[in-house]
Parts: sequence; C-alpha cells; structure tokens
Amino acid sequence: MSQDILVVAEHINGELSDVTFELLGKAAELKAATGGAVGVALLGTGMKDKAGQLGKADTVYCVEHPGLAQFNPQTHAAALAAVVDHASPRLTLVANTSMGMDLAAALSVSCDLPLVAYALDVVMDGDAVVTTSQLYAGKIYAESASDSPSVVVSVLAGCFPTDAGRADGSPAVEDLAAPDGAAESQVRFQALVEPDGSDVDITQHDVLVAVGRGIGSADNLPMAEELAAALGGAVCSSRPIVDSKWLPKTRQVGKSGLKVKPKAYLALGISGAPEHIEGMKDAELIIAVNTDETAPIFEFAHYGSTEDLFDLVPAITEKLR
Amino acid sequence: MDIVVPVKLVPDLVEELEINDDGTDLERDFLSYKINEFCEHAIEEAVQIKEQHGGTVTVIAIEREETDKVLFTALAKGADRAVKVTGVDEAATTHTAAKAMCTVISGMAYDVVMTGVQAADDRDGQLGVLLAGYLGVPCVSVVSEVAVSGDTLTIHKEYAGGVMARYEVVPKVVLGIQAARQTPRYAPVSRVRQIMKEAELEEVEVSDAEVDAGSTVRRMYTPEKGEGAEMLDGSAEDVAARIAGLLNEKRS
Repeated sequence: MSQDILVVAEHINGELSDVTFELLGKAAELKAATGGAVGVALLGTGMKDKAGQLGKADTVYCVEHPGLAQFNPQTHAAALAAVVDHASPRLTLVANTSMGMDLAAALSVSCDLPLVAYALDVVMDGDAVVTTSQLYAGKIYAESASDSPSVVVSVLAGCFPTDAGRADGSPAVEDLAAPDGAAESQVRFQALVEPDGSDVDITQHDVLVAVGRGIGSADNLPMAEELAAALGGAVCSSRPIVDSKWLPKTRQVGKSGLKVKPKAYLALGISGAPEHIEGMKDAELIIAVNTDETAPIFEFAHYGSTEDLFDLVPAITEKLR
Repeated sequence: MDIVVPVKLVPDLVEELEINDDGTDLERDFLSYKINEFCEHAIEEAVQIKEQHGGTVTVIAIEREETDKVLFTALAKGADRAVKVTGVDEAATTHTAAKAMCTVISGMAYDVVMTGVQAADDRDGQLGVLLAGYLGVPCVSVVSEVAVSGDTLTIHKEYAGGVMARYEVVPKVVLGIQAARQTPRYAPVSRVRQIMKEAELEEVEVSDAEVDAGSTVRRMYTPEKGEGAEMLDGSAEDVAARIAGLLNEKRS
C-alpha cells in the first residue's frame, strides 16, 4: 500500500495560505515516521512559481487553467480528483476551511474515498489512518480508524505550526492537464470583497470587550460599548451577534471573522465554540463571564465568573471610571 | 424558484452529552435533538427568497424524536411542504444521511438546495457537499447574502479575516448556508399548533441509503480539560472589582 501523502494547497490572491504550511509540516512529520512521499496539489493559474516555497514536498502536482484562477468549488473539485487519481495517495490532507470544505466532501463522493472531517490530529497506526476529530462544538472528540487504501482527512486550521511546513526548496514539478469542462461552470466567480475598512480595526486594540449570545438583545450593546469606552478598547463579538446584524462583520472574532491578540479579552456571554476560540485564544489575558459554568470558554480563559453579566458589566464600568 | 431545504437534527448541546458503554458513540437513549442552527438559517433564507420572488420551499428531515415538531415549525414559518424521511438509523453517518436525502430530492423538481453549512456531528463531512456529490450538482459552502435575479443567484462565500468571494450560480446547485439575511424568524407556538391541526407531513421511507463510511469510531471521549479558568468568587461587587483591576493593568 502506498504511504504517500497529498496536501491540497490553499491560496487566495496568489498567496499560499498559512494552513497549507500547517498541513505540509504535518505531512513531513508523517513521512518521517512511516515513509512515503509528500505531494502537494497546486491548482490555479500562475501558481507554479510558488512551488519553490513548498520545499517540504517531494512533488508538486500543478494543474493550471484559467478556470482555476480563483477558487471555484466545481472546477477545483474536479481538478483535485484528477490529481488524486494520478498520485494515488494513502492520505489526502485538506484544510477544513471554507474552500477545503467544498473540496474534501466532493472528493469523498467523486473518488469514493472515506472522509474524516474536523481533524485535530492524524497519525498512522500500523495499517490504519487514525484521526482525532473535534465534534459537538468541541465537547466531544472522536478517534476514527480507517484501513482503506486511500483516505481523505480535513484538518482544522491552526492545529499545527506553520514553521514546520515552511521551507524553500525545489520539489519536482509535475504538470497535469485540467479536466474537461474546466472552462465552464455553473459557479462563476465575480470578485473578492474585502471587509469594510471604515469601521474600527479590532485587531489593533489592546483591550477587547467581546459579546456573545448571552447579551440577549441589541438593546444591551450600549452597556458593552460603555465598558469598552472606559477601557479605551473596542467591542467585538462571536458569530451569532454578527449573523443577527447587531454588529457589523468587521467586529466578528473567529474562524470566518478576524483573529485577534489583544492584551486583554473580556468575553461576555460567549460559550466558546471552537470557531470562536480559534480567533482569540492567543490573547494575553482572557476573562470570561457566562452563567453556564460548563461553557467551554472557561477552559481557555484565565479568569472566569458565572455572575450575571447584566449585574457585572455596569459595576466594572463604574469602577474603571 | 423551487428550493429544497434538507435539515439536520442534532443533539441539543445545552444538555450534557454522555458516551455509550462501548465508548464509540453518544449514549443516544435519552438524547434530545433539536434543529441544527445553520439549518434554521437555511429555512429562513429559503422563505425570504420565496416571499420576494415566488416559488416553493420544501423542508426535509430524517425521522428523530423531534422531527415532527421541527417540520411543523418550518411549515409555520412559511414552508410549503414538509417531508419526513423514515428508515434511516439514528446513528447514521452524514454520508448515509446525504444519500437518503439524495434519494428523496432526486425525485423532486427543484432549482436550489439550501442546507446548514455544517452540523455538530459531521464527523465524516458536511451534509450539503456530500449531497451535492450524490446529486451530481455543484455545492458552495459558507454562504451568506444571497440575492436572486431571474434564475441566477448572487451569493457570498465567506473566507477567513472577513474576506468574501462573490459568485453567480445557476441551478441546479446546493448551497451550504452560513447565515440568512436576517435572524431566523420565530414561529409562535399557537401558529405551530394550528398548523399541526391543518397540515400533514409527507413521509418517504428510504431503506437502501447505507453508505460504507470507510472508517470506524474507535473511541469517543470528552477531551481532557486544561487547567481552565480561575473562577472568581464573592459578591458581584467583589468580582467586578477583581475584573476591573485585571483589565486596568492591561489598558493602554
């Protein structure tokens, strides 16, 4: 059985994403343990120049086609299937990101390969690929084993250091033809939309007051704003608050929002879903206030309180003034 | 535009999750289920499109303890049809759930399938993408801000850092919905009760959907807890003073 590992490169605006190097570092580690070669699937246009950044790979499989210039779930999935067919890896590592989500499950169906998603780690154990997945909002972990000759694993971003995967080099480059129909898709890319730059930049603040579902209603936001003002900080939030349009997208911390590293992060009524934790876990000081004492946020916070935030917040503001 | 919304019911995460005696799955005997929150967004977005542009909304769910309530609630919110899929095991993988949904949806006239982008139990991948694979149509995940013009949909796919990609898509497609244009509407209990009297759920039995997931769960467990937070005790006043003090040291 092949022990080769294929990493699916992710890129945006012609730049390889950090997660690509995270996966590549992991692939190199697996290779050191069990042998096999490390390949990278690089799908796009004009991306071949980037192969030199993928020094940890033995082979870079390039599929170049105008239809792949910007991420397109339909054409990228077809091109990836062609690479997997050609390279026959034991393990394909895809990022469990917005792009990777579209690819991993599509590959699982089109090539009839098992998929294990939301992976925190993956190891080889004899003939089995063993994957640890983070399920049920991080409350449960599942260890899955697959002895299938080829397995797809989608790995959460931020699980492995990028440094381990960053190395200049000159891997072999193999060009593969784009699959038929790459020029046509029912999905047509229009534009990348950058976040509104006119709002406050929460990544630049030393102190952040973050609100979650526990804030209850948009009417309660001024209370958080007042505390943030007293601290010279800014208000940010978890995803549900932005989905409810109580705050703009520029204030969202987490997987599909921004990553922040403030000196202090006060989480008010935030339960701590993995997607949120991903965006704030590197804050110097994390204080969490949540009436649910089992909220996962308390695992990551330095200090916690189960007091009602509606009692606590005005009192904190008062003391800071 | 005819929209089909397959929804997932997932264990209610507010309740404590227990592991079964084998240590390979949740203890499902007393598990309570609720609709996956992203699927609520999918229903909302579908009903919004119907209200603005006409067409129909059909909501589909695999039978669980709470499925009837979820489907009647969807009807109360504005869905036209509600279909309950029976014959699929409670512990079925997402591949199997997707295959079962595919069997039901293949027989329907539809333009767009909208479902929740992900669910808490997606160990083997997300329903929407797998379903699209079985249906043989493309899927775009992590979608918000959907606009309809004629038979074209303009959608936004969310990336990290607040960046989004705008796409135009034409039927038939599957969309994994991240967020509806507004908070999912609330259906008053009285309205749901009324619908339960007036409307009926359609039932479809699917018995041959089982897909070999190609992997087995060796062990399911509660992650080891880290050191965790130092919990602040005392009166609300005391706690507020401690927090104010901690924050004060960090302010610029």
